[in-house]
Amino acid sequence: MKFSRLIFANLLRKKIRLLLTIGSFAAALFLFAFLAVVRDAFNRGADIASADRLFVMNRTSIINPEPLSYADKILRIPGVKMVTHDNWFGGVYQDEKNFFPQFVIDPANQRQVFPELIVPDAEWQNFVKDRQGAIVGARTAERFGWKIGDRIPLKATIYGSGNWEFNVDGIYHGKRPQDDETQFWMQWDYFQEHVPAALKGQVGWYVVRVDTPDDAVRVSKSIDAEFANSPFETKTETESAFAASWVKQFGNIRFLIVSIGTVVFFTLLLVTGNTMAISVRERTGELAVFKAIGFSDRKVLFFVLAESLVIALAGGFVGLLLAVLAIPILANALNGMLPQLVLSPSVFVLGFLTALAVGLASGLLPGLGAMRLQIVHALRRV
Amino acid sequence: MVRVDGSGGASSLIRVRGLDKAYQRGGGEIHVLQSLNLDVDKGDFVAFMGPSGSGKTTLLNLLGGLDVPTRGTITVAGDEITHMSGNKLTEWRARHVGFVFQMYNLIPVLTAFQNVELPLLLTKLSKAQRRKHVETALGVVGLADRMNHYPRQLSGGQEQRVAIARAIVADPTFLLCDEPTGDLDRQSADEIMALIEELVKEYGKTVLMVTHDPLVARRAGTTLHLDKGLLVESAEPQQVAAGGRHEI
Repeated sequence: MKFSRLIFANLLRKKIRLLLTIGSFAAALFLFAFLAVVRDAFNRGADIASADRLFVMNRTSIINPEPLSYADKILRIPGVKMVTHDNWFGGVYQDEKNFFPQFVIDPANQRQVFPELIVPDAEWQNFVKDRQGAIVGARTAERFGWKIGDRIPLKATIYGSGNWEFNVDGIYHGKRPQDDETQFWMQWDYFQEHVPAALKGQVGWYVVRVDTPDDAVRVSKSIDAEFANSPFETKTETESAFAASWVKQFGNIRFLIVSIGTVVFFTLLLVTGNTMAISVRERTGELAVFKAIGFSDRKVLFFVLAESLVIALAGGFVGLLLAVLAIPILANALNGMLPQLVLSPSVFVLGFLTALAVGLASGLLPGLGAMRLQIVHALRRV
Repeated sequence: MVRVDGSGGASSLIRVRGLDKAYQRGGGEIHVLQSLNLDVDKGDFVAFMGPSGSGKTTLLNLLGGLDVPTRGTITVAGDEITHMSGNKLTEWRARHVGFVFQMYNLIPVLTAFQNVELPLLLTKLSKAQRRKHVETALGVVGLADRMNHYPRQLSGGQEQRVAIARAIVADPTFLLCDEPTGDLDRQSADEIMALIEELVKEYGKTVLMVTHDPLVARRAGTTLHLDKGLLVESAEPQQVAAGGRHEI
């Protein structure tokens, strides 16, 4: 502690440079945190996937349907506890930018297969009785200011044209903060009445709950074997694999984010390292005096590293604070075009560790230079 | 008593024997100091004079443990420093040597008080004890009322006084002054020399000083000339009166 005054006095000797360096660090760390949040958002489907849920889709592609008749056959396979089915609706609410995912669901088993998405019983009963009923995720309801009883028109884009009308009968919430609360559920029966005849009785995909997660691989193989060589062969995978393959459709998000993150990290390293190198070079004579009067090489290294760490941690703190303030605003501005952006504790820890690593790494080379300084030569340069 | 013929006894505070310092330059060896002997007793005030490149500062650096000799030994208060490891030498410097540089070399972002406190940060003294020592040192150099001033707020002479306070605050065995008045006007130089004389006379400090200025050298007890790496005692040494010494 007795050296803290010395460290801060040195840091504050060039206030503008200090502010600019901390500012660069904060901006870079904000970008770093934002990228981490986006990566988490894309990975969330896989992260929160239930281990006992399987997704069964057409072997050719998810856009190819499966017959409704498969439901009973799947249910008969040993190890299958229950089965439900979904279709992607893909409607537009007022404007294309108002995107949110809309699913045609099977009310009979939806709540049992997705128990983490909670709908109050009374609201659910109203929905079951209402062919034009809809259950809306809390975030989407909040986004558009919808409440129970509202009538919502969605313009069909895949299944013909024209508006489909829905009544908001209920609002669901996720049990966990990271659960997706943006979905819009509609009735299978209502959907069947309106789709073109060629598409009737066809589902987008099945969601299966198995008795035990340990049995998931065997059940997956059994389902695919059951429909092998049929006109609608299946591809069954765990929910996490399904979520991961869904993300892949956007391109190699992980590579993109890691690449940008790496560039940000190294830019940060160069900016802070350059600042520390200049700062040490400017103080060559002073460092020589420190060493002459008895400060050890290690103490000199400690001073440089401590200064570098203070810059990094201050920049990191400001950057993460910016992220806390800006990410909810950005999430709203993105209008649901990306999965829900959540600044999780793990992003904070990652940001803090990144700041720490950059602080240490950027101070290390200048610090070692200062440590190895020859007093006699350095004093001559004053 | 200062001797350059190697006749000093084991009681000398500083004992130098057969000191050589050579540098490799352009494939050849340049001998800056050659077979140098020196004995300095406690309380001596020695000035080293000589032309540029004669090895004055090199000798001071070797005596202060800032550089290592090519050959020979340096013993200070019984400690042979020439074979100490880097870390040991650093610790030794902190305990035994007070440095005063021509350009003062104060830390510009620290106040006079904080500059003087620096060597004490390496000790186990409490904050209150450090404050007491710093106030005493600044009192000795006559700057008790300037302790919260930054170097830029002080004159050159005052800056050098702060540097002297920093050199004496940890009560080192001896002071090494490299051209302490080289950057000062005559009046300030006189004041600094009066202060160094006071440290020798009143507080019994041992001072070794390099200077180009004969007027400054004349105030030392002994003046030694360095020429071509050899040390020669001046024909007319000036004695600093001893007596009435105090401990800082």
